[in-house]
Amino acid sequence: MNNQSVGKQSIKFENPPVIISQASVVGEMEGQGPLGSYFDQIETDPAFGQESWELGESEMVRRAVSTAITKSGLEQDKIKYIFGGDLLGQLIGTTFGLKDFNIPLFGLYGACSTCGESLSLAAMTVAAGYAENVLAVTSSHYGGAEKQFRFPLEYGNQRPLSATWTVTGSGAFIVSQTNGEKPMLQYPRITAITTGKVVDYGVRDSLNMGACMAPAAADVIYQCFEDLSMKETQFDKIITGDLGKVGSEILIKLLKDNGYDISRQHMDCGVNIYNNEQQDTHSGGSGCGCSAVTLAGYIIHNLKQHMWKKVLFVPTGALLSTVSYNEGQTIPGIAHALVIEQKSNTP
Amino acid sequence: MKVKQNDEEYNKYVDAVTPKHNPFKNCLNAFWIGGLICVIGQVINNFMMSYFEFNKEDAASYTSLILVLLSVVLTSFNLYKKIAKYGGAGALVPITGFANSVASPTIEYKKEGEVFGKGVKVFTIAGPVILFGIVTSFVLGFIYWVVKLIGLV
Repeated sequence: MNNQSVGKQSIKFENPPVIISQASVVGEMEGQGPLGSYFDQIETDPAFGQESWELGESEMVRRAVSTAITKSGLEQDKIKYIFGGDLLGQLIGTTFGLKDFNIPLFGLYGACSTCGESLSLAAMTVAAGYAENVLAVTSSHYGGAEKQFRFPLEYGNQRPLSATWTVTGSGAFIVSQTNGEKPMLQYPRITAITTGKVVDYGVRDSLNMGACMAPAAADVIYQCFEDLSMKETQFDKIITGDLGKVGSEILIKLLKDNGYDISRQHMDCGVNIYNNEQQDTHSGGSGCGCSAVTLAGYIIHNLKQHMWKKVLFVPTGALLSTVSYNEGQTIPGIAHALVIEQKSNTP
Repeated sequence: MKVKQNDEEYNKYVDAVTPKHNPFKNCLNAFWIGGLICVIGQVINNFMMSYFEFNKEDAASYTSLILVLLSVVLTSFNLYKKIAKYGGAGALVPITGFANSVASPTIEYKKEGEVFGKGVKVFTIAGPVILFGIVTSFVLGFIYWVVKLIGLV
């Protein structure tokens, strides 16, 4: 096997892993948004038939995982590992949702970038030959996130215009091995990944997370282009996770300063998932679920329909806790980039 | 990245591109929502005094009680939040805002049990208001006592 490590922070896979199946489960508000028709399941009960937001999130994870397995046509025991994470303390959303599957689990925390982190590790694991099929799943829940990071839901306060709205949703993906005998050309493939660093530009406003994360997104996109010797024009879309309107503007400026103009290719899952004006979500959607369900629903659909051939998927996370925030710390960001490609029908 | 702004420059830039609420509009909304809550209070107060013939102090106590009750009922239907979103400080400063800040954690943390849920979390938002309110009244009481002692009032 040739050396697949390229540049400072990237891997270019010799046999790119494919996403053979994906599932998205969302709440009512996401279902009413512009991407509503792309999701597999829309649940109108915000607690997903459970007693609390936390158990509701676990139920959502369970549904996303079982839907992804069903859609893949694989037996459950053919999946060797799960890489999963969410925003709740000690990952209770993920762990309680996965306890009945009997699949070995790696629990991950990368704030809202976890979708990128879990898919990167999933791709690395199958590309290295450690497993044939692995599953990556991430989730977030508006009620649980508000309760943990901000205020009780019924508490009256005014959110600033830069604030984002945590997406209630879970996205699951089954990532499988390819090789010369089994090229699996019909599926979107993860051809390269660039893993992001913790980037801190000294922002302290937890209600302007786009500004906290934009430098991390800019950093990883820049490094991805450098490592892989690529240009922004080689991508049909460059898709960030949840920078929102404010963060997107900042990202484009930061990359322009460094010689890359992504304003034509850029799209943000947080901006696209809601109708900001009508749904009153201010700067857009956020949370691990935001990028995960947008990828599982909208992005993979467009790749499979050959509307896009090559995209750069960059989930973004803000690294804070209520403790770090109350103790006056800054809010660093992190982002992970994945190059996802779809081969054309005619070889 | 090659070109990096320092933290100070970046924060300045972020501040410039971040949209802000219009303070004039917010003040106006806070004024009339807060005013409206006070008018409702005054109507209840006058009604108590004229219909039940309560004295001034009893009527004031009943007025507070009824406003708190109204706010808790609105909170439990998730309606007070909508008023506060529009009225801002106009909805948060009156006693109805205080009631909302006590009722909302009680609803949210009900699932975590009577003691560690409701009991511990009930004052998570209102706690500082109560604590610093008592401290302030203590300090003011002390000043009043000293001023009275030296015969200024």
